[in-house]
Amino acid sequence: MPPAVVLVTGVSRWLGGALAAELAADPAIGRVIGVDTVPPAPEVLRRLGRTEFVRADIRSPLIGKVIESASVDTVVHMNISATPAGAGGRVSMKELNVIGTMQLLAACQRSTAVRRLVLKSTSAVYGASSRDPAVFTEAMQARRVPSGGFAKDSLDIEGYVRSFARRRPDVGVAVLRFTNLIGPRIDSLLSGFLRMPVVPTALGYDARVQLLHEDDAVAVLRQATTGSFVGTVNVGAAGTVLLSQAIRRLGRVALPVPEPAMGSVGRLTRRAGLVDWSPEQMRFLNFGRVVDTRLLRGEFGYVPQYSTAEALADYARTLPPVVRPELVDDATATARAVLGRVAGGVATVRALAGDRHRSAPAVPGLRAVRDA
Amino acid sequence: MPEARVIPLRPDDDPAPVPAPPPSWDEAVAGGLEFLRRRLTGEYDTDEFGFDPDLTDHVLLPFLRPWFERWFRVEVQGLENVPADGGALVVANHSGTVPVDALMTTVALHDEHPASRRLRLLGADLVFQVPFIGALARKLGTTLACNEDAERLLTEGELVGVFPEGFKGVGKPFSERYTLQRFGRGGFVSAALRTGAPIVPCAIVGAEEIYPMIGNARTAARLLGLPYFPITPTFPLLGPLGAVPLPSKWFIAFGEPIETASYGAAAADDPMVVFNLTDQVRETIQHSLYRLLLQRRSVFS
Repeated sequence: MPPAVVLVTGVSRWLGGALAAELAADPAIGRVIGVDTVPPAPEVLRRLGRTEFVRADIRSPLIGKVIESASVDTVVHMNISATPAGAGGRVSMKELNVIGTMQLLAACQRSTAVRRLVLKSTSAVYGASSRDPAVFTEAMQARRVPSGGFAKDSLDIEGYVRSFARRRPDVGVAVLRFTNLIGPRIDSLLSGFLRMPVVPTALGYDARVQLLHEDDAVAVLRQATTGSFVGTVNVGAAGTVLLSQAIRRLGRVALPVPEPAMGSVGRLTRRAGLVDWSPEQMRFLNFGRVVDTRLLRGEFGYVPQYSTAEALADYARTLPPVVRPELVDDATATARAVLGRVAGGVATVRALAGDRHRSAPAVPGLRAVRDA
Repeated sequence: MPEARVIPLRPDDDPAPVPAPPPSWDEAVAGGLEFLRRRLTGEYDTDEFGFDPDLTDHVLLPFLRPWFERWFRVEVQGLENVPADGGALVVANHSGTVPVDALMTTVALHDEHPASRRLRLLGADLVFQVPFIGALARKLGTTLACNEDAERLLTEGELVGVFPEGFKGVGKPFSERYTLQRFGRGGFVSAALRTGAPIVPCAIVGAEEIYPMIGNARTAARLLGLPYFPITPTFPLLGPLGAVPLPSKWFIAFGEPIETASYGAAAADDPMVVFNLTDQVRETIQHSLYRLLLQRRSVFS
């Protein structure tokens, strides 16, 4: 049964807007209500179609009134901020993430109409350390619990959502743990990071990176909203790349930074307004993270269209490379031509010198014949 | 009446397969250029464990090969005991202060096994904490020694290499050479039981003598966060020169595989089965160590 009234939080961001636009285009869904603290950008607004926008802070009780009066039956919570800059500092980021979620869940618990909750969570809840298994399944927990920032917020939020699910067993709760999102249009943490011409990396480490294309992310959110999956599922594309490999494929230049200097580089890029990385995200650069997606393909029933490599290639289309691959191809082709000429020269010299070094051809057929 | 059959009388007369000629120098340089182009544009594949076959085949294995062939003159026995395909767990003794034995076993299985099998090693978490070494280990196909990773690799049909003695084996004093230490907690046996993969016991002789550890500088080890800090007759006395391993003669012998599938996956939770199998593997390796030591004429030849 498709939902009658869907509420999407965080609709002013690219992913929230794209999901609301998708849902609004589906005639089976009665109403789509988008909530955010800031109004969506004009180009997002144009795509939103019949989505009704409510400018509200999920931290205020107003959200409860919206849910009650519109008799919302499906809530998609994706208003979780990954960077302090987007939310106006770490304190207000934590408040928006954790207190906002608590308010939203309180409103959902009150409402009798709500029967489905979808949480856009992150695979950052698994942490990143040298003691991690290579691939995380949904049943595993972080070996080293993230101590702060986005990952800690996400862990707290998942905890509140789990206790909500216990108190309201009649509500179907789907928790989607997304890997890093990438694509030509989305403005994600990693896309901002890889957009820099010179990308700082951790010296002596190489992270394994699993990505998800933005189109696949929207499709998974849509399926979770209209479908009936209940539980926690990892959402990521097939395959992985190493961070160094991703940087090379995008034609960027890696700048390995020794670990003690990572903090100051983080501060520098933050001040320059390039990327905003917290220490716990820096740790991701050391070890990376890969999740098992068998549940997504099986029980959830979605196979991502793009593999990690393909998603990266699609992102690369929109990004003029600093080191052009043609340049590398040209250089190797020139080197090859030179090599061919040198090899030809050497062969000629050898021929003129009278073949003294050429080995004699193997004498065929001289083998003792064994008879019975 | 039986049908007439053609029986080759002199099978030796079939032309012997011509070995591929070693690439000429210009082909080698061209191959190197192509490798550089791939590395610069990122056009190679890596897997979810961080294994980089391109780098392993073109840089790491060629670097290890001279050590394997010339320096340690490794003699490999019992390769027929390593299955040509499917998952299997190679369990070996660990020694030598620096885990060179793991690298040589990797070369042995890749170069000498008819199916050129890749050994996926399981390493301690310390390996992955250390910059450069951790990243390089992952690119060589190593992953963390934990049941999740071991089972995942075995299920995917990989050949997994494990050294259950861990640091106790690799960092033991020279006086205790060729005596096996405790075999962990039997985690490797339960991984094999859960996946039904056979266990191939492997004995390595020669690695004990590459860096004879006659002392352990505990204070330096504690300062550096290492499990031990070796003192050998040449290290740290001769500085970097002391880091050159002694050219002992090596033997790597693979024993008959111990089949685990018939126990069933549930046996992994039966401590008695796990202990018995662990002991069986340990004893097999200890016996082959003694046998190989008797075969060896001297340490260096």
